[in-house]
Amino acid sequence: MHEQMLYFLQQLLNGLTVGSAYALIAIGYTMVYGIIGMINFAHGEIYMIGAYIALITITGLATLNITFLPVVLVIALVLAMIVSSAFGWSMERVAYRPLRGGNRLNPLISAIGVSYFLKNYVLLAQGSRDIGFPLLIKGSWTFGDPNGFEANFSYMQLTIFIVTIVCMVALTLFISKSRLGRACRAVAQDLKMANLLGIDTHKIIAATFVIGSALAAVAGMLLGMYYGSIDPEFGFIAGLKAFTAAVLGGIGSIPGAMLGGIVLGVAESFTSAYLSTDYKDVVSFLLLILILLFRPSGLLGKPEVEKI
Amino acid sequence: MLAKRLPFAALCAVLTLVMGLPILGLNLTPQGIHIVLKSAPSATFMWIALGAAVVFLFQLFKDYLSGFWRQVPLPKASSFTPNLEGRKRIYAERAGWFLVAVLAFAMPFFASRGATALGNLVLIYVILGLGLNIVVGLAGLLDLGYVAFYAVGAYSYALLHQYFGFGFWEALPISAILAATFGFVLGFPVLRLRGDYLAIVTLGFGEIIRIVINNMTWLTGGPNGIGGIPNPTLFNMEFGRIVKDPGDTLFYKVLGIEYNSNHKVIFLYLITLVFALFTVFVIKRLTKMPVGRAWEALREDEIACRSLGLSRTGIKLSAFTLGAFFAGFAGCVFAAKQSFISPDSFNLYESVIVLVIVVLGGMGSQVGIILAAAILTMLPELARDMAQYRMLFFGLLMVLMMIWRPQGLIPMKRTPVELARE
Repeated sequence: MHEQMLYFLQQLLNGLTVGSAYALIAIGYTMVYGIIGMINFAHGEIYMIGAYIALITITGLATLNITFLPVVLVIALVLAMIVSSAFGWSMERVAYRPLRGGNRLNPLISAIGVSYFLKNYVLLAQGSRDIGFPLLIKGSWTFGDPNGFEANFSYMQLTIFIVTIVCMVALTLFISKSRLGRACRAVAQDLKMANLLGIDTHKIIAATFVIGSALAAVAGMLLGMYYGSIDPEFGFIAGLKAFTAAVLGGIGSIPGAMLGGIVLGVAESFTSAYLSTDYKDVVSFLLLILILLFRPSGLLGKPEVEKI
Repeated sequence: MLAKRLPFAALCAVLTLVMGLPILGLNLTPQGIHIVLKSAPSATFMWIALGAAVVFLFQLFKDYLSGFWRQVPLPKASSFTPNLEGRKRIYAERAGWFLVAVLAFAMPFFASRGATALGNLVLIYVILGLGLNIVVGLAGLLDLGYVAFYAVGAYSYALLHQYFGFGFWEALPISAILAATFGFVLGFPVLRLRGDYLAIVTLGFGEIIRIVINNMTWLTGGPNGIGGIPNPTLFNMEFGRIVKDPGDTLFYKVLGIEYNSNHKVIFLYLITLVFALFTVFVIKRLTKMPVGRAWEALREDEIACRSLGLSRTGIKLSAFTLGAFFAGFAGCVFAAKQSFISPDSFNLYESVIVLVIVVLGGMGSQVGIILAAAILTMLPELARDMAQYRMLFFGLLMVLMMIWRPQGLIPMKRTPVELARE
């Protein structure tokens, strides 16, 4: 009994870890959707690029003999965020802005194009094989009977929690307190009206892409290190899951994305623990379909009213 | 003017460097158990610098360039097809189709074996493109899991043959109908959703089908796939050297000619051609029927359609089901052509390639899609060295098409309804 309880707790912990990283990616989807009503299919690729940049930086610093852990982690994180933001900004500028105001289908197709372009860009430059991501934050707390099942709470998991919480708090403060954040909320509420009141909506939209990309890069670095390997394909599934999380929480709602990410992470972890690992991805897709059918507005979203 | 653009141009150039240098310039290479960073050859850095310079100059002189662009006369959509009125246009169109069909029928008798096989592949993509065109082009529903129905069609034939000994001609309608049923069952709940949700749900569905096929090893052979799928027969005549199915005869023996392995390739090509023409014909007629007009009307304005009393779900469902039907059809032909199928043939790439065909050809336009299918299937074959750049190019193509020519290479022309003169 005790052992089963520990197993359950372990799965819960694993789910929360992955889920909080999903939440970080989901924020990018939800913010972009909240403002321009478009699914940015290429968001998963930004996350993948973030992981690659982090790994490149960590390896580069190791070559330069800089091994002081906090410094390495902070530099890798900052560089990953900067490069990913550059990608996010350029993507919006090149592929989405010229299409604004046209047919709804066009930006979606363009986004799929961007997604394939970026994936193959990294694939051609870095090769298609898995690359090991060194686990820099080692060690863990162990609970339970040394002869039976032991639950592990690793420092890496703790780091993921802390970084996620810091990001979430910073984002919430930014959105609710800062001038730019207020403009973001105004644009999300009514783009045309915000424009009339003198808000540079193009700038705000670009800013959302940058923020979303930076958060995705954080998630990319954390999850890359947590899973221990990355490849150019790994943005796709993570992107889909994060999208599911965004929809689950109510697309357009930032607290919704956070909640959705965590719920999805836990659901996924329990599926692979108690059902089957093969069908782990199927479950999240099924979850997505079910939410869309029965509660399209998600857990925290407002129901969409069709205006005529 | 230039001074005003200078900071922005400089920013863009810097961003190009930021995006290019770390990923292109530094390569992660495994060495034993460690990973080391290797610097790319200096030519790569030259290219990145050149790219940044081009971006800088482009942003700096953008206003002049766009002014210059406007003066270049772009061919208008209508200049591709002669502007004929009424009946004459219909006759010209029919003559055109007839000519193309005759040429396509004659092709395998003159072309090489490789060209015929490639032509066959083109035709399968034509069927797929035309099928997806109903969903994306005509009804305006973005379906990213189209390949799922293709897989259902292919696996239906493979499994029906393996477990029940069905032949190609018996399995063909069943696979198409099974795929259509899948489309119907999926579409029924999903089509109430908004456009972008639909895209993601269909994408998820496509992945689910692939994962399920991959994991149900006891039924589908999992990642090993299913082999030994028989090729189509002609009135029970087989095209191999020896009879595989005891009830059949051999083509070369019945006709009393020398055995030639090309016969099979030519025959496969010809039946695929017949199916492709059938698809063209059916879809062409459908677009002139009330249901076809309703698809387009729904794409243009959903609210207006509903206020005119059209059933939104019914119309979308018909488009989705028919699209799936043709995918199943193509899947069955594909399985018969390849004799071997595995889940690898039905990944997301395929869905995207078919979508690129529809986007490039022009949403809704049949001629455009046939042309695009031909170009996109033959291009990678002709430029094999460039094969690895294929998906990069396709991604870029999708973005550029959306920016410059969202209506596609050959935009769709509406067929006017003409009343008989008194």
